[in-house]
Amino acid sequence: MSDTLTGATEVSADVPDYPMERDAGCPFAPPRQMLEMGTTKPLSRVRIWDGSTPWLITGHEVARELFADARVSVDDRRTGFPHWNEHMLSTVSKRPRSVFTADAEEHTRFRRMLSKPFTFRRVENLRPAIQQVTDECIDAILAGPQPADIVAKLALPVPTKVISEMLGVPYEDHEFFQEHANAGLARFAAADAMQKGAMSLHQYLINLVEEKQANPAEDAVSDLAERVTAGEISVKEAAQLGTGLLIAGHETTANMIGIGVLALLENPEQAALLRDSDDPKFIANAAEELMRYLSIIQNGQRRVAIDDIEIGGETIRAGEGIIIDLAPANWDGAAYPDPDRLDFTRDAGQQLGFGYGRHQCVGQQLARAELQIVFHTLLRRIPTLQLAVPVEAVPFKHDRLAYGVYELPVTW
Amino acid sequence: MRVVVDQDRCVSSGQCVLNAMDVFDQRDDDGVVELLVESPAPQQHTEVRNAAAACPALAIHLEE
Repeated sequence: MSDTLTGATEVSADVPDYPMERDAGCPFAPPRQMLEMGTTKPLSRVRIWDGSTPWLITGHEVARELFADARVSVDDRRTGFPHWNEHMLSTVSKRPRSVFTADAEEHTRFRRMLSKPFTFRRVENLRPAIQQVTDECIDAILAGPQPADIVAKLALPVPTKVISEMLGVPYEDHEFFQEHANAGLARFAAADAMQKGAMSLHQYLINLVEEKQANPAEDAVSDLAERVTAGEISVKEAAQLGTGLLIAGHETTANMIGIGVLALLENPEQAALLRDSDDPKFIANAAEELMRYLSIIQNGQRRVAIDDIEIGGETIRAGEGIIIDLAPANWDGAAYPDPDRLDFTRDAGQQLGFGYGRHQCVGQQLARAELQIVFHTLLRRIPTLQLAVPVEAVPFKHDRLAYGVYELPVTW
Repeated sequence: MRVVVDQDRCVSSGQCVLNAMDVFDQRDDDGVVELLVESPAPQQHTEVRNAAAACPALAIHLEE
């Protein structure tokens, strides 16, 4: 695909490549080059894998405005859409429309089908169950050998068990869908490598939807199955929506828990503040601040302009790609003074880790409850927790769409 | 202060209930916003403003 040069828009040859790499010595920081771009302008051109030059948004306020702007589309079939990789481009006509790729009324229809299990009050009622799952995982860690891997023993099982129960996916199948979810989240994937994993997970969900049509239960896949039976959506659409919930429901939260625990271990004064607090508002804000500080969804939220948009001193032309990167926006000094400091006493309420606008994370209230419970409970129950290896030896997920750590060995 | 919600715009994020649970609720079936209190008391104004600012769909309008 070649650049779309419209009107007077000129794109110079020295446009930086995107995505950008983080500095090895600053594993929590967004890429330095991206932060430097953000100090001069809230949006600039970058060059992506196919040679096109979409806009990269690095400013907090501009990110918020564009997320909420109806002239900004998530429809990846539109010309100029800045695809993640070759796989996403090559499958664009094969993938059913979903909550991730639909605009306006079509999006609202999909979104409302998914929202029932994630209302604030329903999630509040789940807190005792999340607490129990968390305590069971920590019991097992304390009873097991040292060092223990926080990722395998806590970060993955808590959200996986919770979302499995909520969706009505048998937990026994978790190894299968973790493996295939991982294949689907590779950052620089070639077309054929991801195809197999994505398709078998899709087939698994199709089978599950059909099974729930025959034997409905009190769970989210049964809700989708009911809509299939009622003729509101197709089995494929239901499977696509269910796949999205399954992947987003465990992979993202798991990464946030893993790297969040590391951030707590590297910031012992902040960890102590959280451990010693009994104030639900403080505990909630600490989770928001960790979301702000870590912004695990790397690689940018992809959009395309469907009309000319004047913003931040620039004009984004209709048909130009837009990449809103959460990490630099969450480290924008104009919104958060000293953004490189993890500080639980600051108000992190407007952090963009869940995105913003009509596509903001469907499962955000569930993720919040999980993060609040897991971090606080872990610090309380294992107050002597420490890293078993030097931080330089921790393997980071530079190559995944969701940033995090592959493993986090700890002792106590 | 008078609160107006736009249910057509609402995307069921739950941010309004998170910020001001005595003023907003969500429909049981699809999470769409329901307004519990049209004219909040002065001590509720800050949390209602926070709810309006946090709403990702810009579906809460305040007349002050």
